[in-house]
Amino acid sequence: MKPTAKEYDKLNQQASKNTKSYITIPKAFVIGGLICMLGQAFIDLYQHFGVEKSVASTLCSVTLVFLASLLTGLNVYNKIAKHGGAGTLVPITGFSNAVTCSAMEFKSEGLILGLGAKIFTIAGPVIVYGLAASALYGLILCIIRLF
Amino acid sequence: MAIHMSHKLSRSTIRLTNSPAIVASAAVGGKKEGEGPLASCFDILCDDTTFGEKTWEKTESRMQKDAVNKALEKAHLSTADIDFLFAGDLLNQCISSTYGLRDLEIPFLGVFGACSTMAESLALASLFVDNGIAVHAAAVTSSHFCSAERQFRLPLAYGGQRPPTSQWTATASGAAIIANDANGPFVKEICIGKITDMGITDANNMGAAMAPAAAQTLQTFFQDTGTSPADYDLILTGDLGQVGSSLLKELLNRENISILDNHNDCGLMIYDLERQDVHAGGSGCGCSASVLCGHILNEIRQKHLNEVLFIATGALMSPTSVQQGESIPGIAHLVHLSSVKWA
Repeated sequence: MKPTAKEYDKLNQQASKNTKSYITIPKAFVIGGLICMLGQAFIDLYQHFGVEKSVASTLCSVTLVFLASLLTGLNVYNKIAKHGGAGTLVPITGFSNAVTCSAMEFKSEGLILGLGAKIFTIAGPVIVYGLAASALYGLILCIIRLF
Repeated sequence: MAIHMSHKLSRSTIRLTNSPAIVASAAVGGKKEGEGPLASCFDILCDDTTFGEKTWEKTESRMQKDAVNKALEKAHLSTADIDFLFAGDLLNQCISSTYGLRDLEIPFLGVFGACSTMAESLALASLFVDNGIAVHAAAVTSSHFCSAERQFRLPLAYGGQRPPTSQWTATASGAAIIANDANGPFVKEICIGKITDMGITDANNMGAAMAPAAAQTLQTFFQDTGTSPADYDLILTGDLGQVGSSLLKELLNRENISILDNHNDCGLMIYDLERQDVHAGGSGCGCSASVLCGHILNEIRQKHLNEVLFIATGALMSPTSVQQGESIPGIAHLVHLSSVKWA
């Protein structure tokens, strides 16, 4: 008998292997944690050279973004991310990777309509909704402060 | 040449009365395919995934051209000998075929059947030869991992994870030249599939989307020809991978058809699944095309295999339809290949 769509979905779920989360979650935790540790090390290093804490934090972000972009260009970041999962996606390095890889990929369609237009293909939604959310929270904060 | 016309057995199945022959075939592969278990079956392998070209699209076009030229060379024919060329690929507007084959000056018919294109183009080319419309006809298709990824998924250097059900688009091309000849492999029958949709929406699980189409085409073919799986040495699906293959067996099992003993899938043959980290197996037009043209046809020529059913499967979606939440329709066309002609 031909199965219904619902029955077929059930068969499909039985046939499809799931991600082994007992392996992927610890890996994401360790790799993501290491990236954060590296970030902390940069902050400490910059402070050691007498940079103010807030400036050191900004410098740390800049350094991580640069490193992730460089590693993307060298085709290394995606190899780490294959194991890192959310551990490499969530930190600022993931954002850097998303922008750099799009720039690299669409360069073949030209600097304007290719690279320029498509550089934010993946990171764009983060910027759009990040800005929208911050405007919304700003507005809420404004209203609360009225009282 | 043709004394008899092709004979229509049913709405879907056509018997090619004159048993047109695949006089030559060629397979082209990339680096990963050259590291796989079928490496020795490729006519041309390139360690450089770009084949020395500037864009992935140019690379894929080049692979199709190389495959056709190699097949022509093996058949001792020139482009002028080919009456019709059937070709298609996965890229928008089938540009790998049109750009790759534009210099050949062969009457051209573009076909799109997603990953079922090899069976579709082979079936059409064989029909043209069987009915005397063409003396020589050619069928070719290709896919490239990098051009497919950028069109259907994400940039190559993006740090993402592939789910276990995902498949690896093969960087490969296969071409076949069909003519009336005394030596096989012969094309004896074809069965044109219907578009089948069981509601799968996950673009990372193509095998599941295509398995119902393969099951339906096989069932129709067995019914129309009065044969059963036991009559064939090999039932070879295109790129169902692990998930799709197991679903196909389950679906056919429900119809009391067992293909457990003689089924294989090109997507499971082209790579070593564990060692080459391709998750559920290979996919793409080039996957079934290169496994057929590089490996299976030789096995038939050497009579290691005598009766083979080649069922290439395609997922007929686009990134737009997937993003709009549409389910993925599948299609499967069957070509019955044999080492002997119809008596």
